[in-house]
Amino acid sequence: MTAAGTPPAPAGWRPALAPAVSLRHDRVRDADLLVLPERVVVLRGSAARILRLCDGDRDLDTIVAELESRFPGAPVADDVRAFLGRMRGEGWIR
Amino acid sequence: MTAAPRPWALLAELTHGCPLHCPYCSNPLELVRRSRELSTAEWAEVMRQAGEFGVVHTHLSGGEPLLRGDLAEIVTAAESAGIYTQLVTSGVGLDDARLAALAAAGLRSVQLSVQHADPAAADRIAGHRAFAAKERAAALVRAAGLPLGLNVVLHRDNLDALDALIQRGVDWGADRIELANTQFYGWALRNRDALLPTRDQLGRARETVQRWRDRLGGATDLVWVVPDYFDGVAKPCMGGWGAVSLTVAPDGTALPCPAAASLPDLDPPNVRDHSLEWIWDHSGAFNRYRGEGWMREPCRTCSRRAEDFGGCRCQAYALTGDAARTDPACALSPDHGVIRALTDTGHPAAAATPAPTGGYAYRKPGGG
Ligand code: SF4
Ligand code: SF4
Repeated sequence: MTAAGTPPAPAGWRPALAPAVSLRHDRVRDADLLVLPERVVVLRGSAARILRLCDGDRDLDTIVAELESRFPGAPVADDVRAFLGRMRGEGWIR
Repeated sequence: MTAAPRPWALLAELTHGCPLHCPYCSNPLELVRRSRELSTAEWAEVMRQAGEFGVVHTHLSGGEPLLRGDLAEIVTAAESAGIYTQLVTSGVGLDDARLAALAAAGLRSVQLSVQHADPAAADRIAGHRAFAAKERAAALVRAAGLPLGLNVVLHRDNLDALDALIQRGVDWGADRIELANTQFYGWALRNRDALLPTRDQLGRARETVQRWRDRLGGATDLVWVVPDYFDGVAKPCMGGWGAVSLTVAPDGTALPCPAAASLPDLDPPNVRDHSLEWIWDHSGAFNRYRGEGWMREPCRTCSRRAEDFGGCRCQAYALTGDAARTDPACALSPDHGVIRALTDTGHPAAAATPAPTGGYAYRKPGGG
């Protein structure tokens, strides 16, 4: 599924995990996971780092700024926006 | 031998007790008596061990798990073991207080079964007046803000009501509707003659699903579980034997697949005697059909064997008497004729007009 068909994110969007979704660290596999009612998604790269900032308080600019200050070399603003757009298209964040 | 990859999911069959009597139930004919069920402490220990060795997801199922008065305690145990919990329920027995307690314990999601869009037909299939309770349960789950999935097992008696069924699901605010064509195990196998649909019914149902997918545009997730008897393609049962998931039956019997209770010589281990990790890594039952070593032709050299694992062992056993044969649902199976005889036009069970509905052997204790 792609973000096509998903209306664009509202201005001032403060992304948060959808209620069905749980983000957790799997100690056994040393992996970050999104756990959903019927599936488990293994997160790669900086995905989990970004999603941990999606708490419903921070807006997009804040998330990007924090990533830049806390993780030098983290994905740039455009990548973060594109990633969050895809996650929203999947219905995993809103 | 390298250790098998850790399982992701646990199907916890908390009880075989159920107020409903669905003839399509995949539970074994020989239902576990309530007196033999694992205790609260035993289930808590199962959850603890499961979380420790890699399980991240559990379906709390049955039977009807709400019959367990200690369900909230079991949810707490799973949650504290780091396991995401989904309740799989008929909705009967779910009231406000119960749901609040479960949510407080950490329950993440609810999957509700629906038998038919029409209340009277639904109650006839379930063998119990349950429809009104389901409608209430759906509203409660929504009000609690928990994700709601519907599970509809499809068969001859409800496939023609699919449009109205999906409409119900959308009206009830379901996030996900699983349209699961009957898998013929346990009670469903016993009732196969009454449940087998016609090709025409399935064709129309597919069109209905497509229409709804176009209309909903992803707002509600419609999942179509294929009718393997009709598609000529074996299903990748459980993602492989002992590969991603394990089942613990109400009495603690651990199985690689819920239907595996039907295999007579499997000798499955019990969580009362062994740790889950030992069961997963070392028991004969979990290693029996793991990987590809057990395969014979045509699976052994087939290019699809890494995708479908040769299909379902329990179905191979049910239809050929030998669990190591290729699943007869596969068109390449030398036994595929068994399936064709049941699904091809001309066979009584594949008649153009569905036979009158009903005549079920309803699921009940001691009914096997
Ligand atoms: S399929 Fe029906 S009888 Fe079987 S456990 Fe589910 S609700 Fe109960
Ligand atoms: S022959 Fe075996 S491996 Fe090949 S498609 Fe059929 S079931 Fe799958």
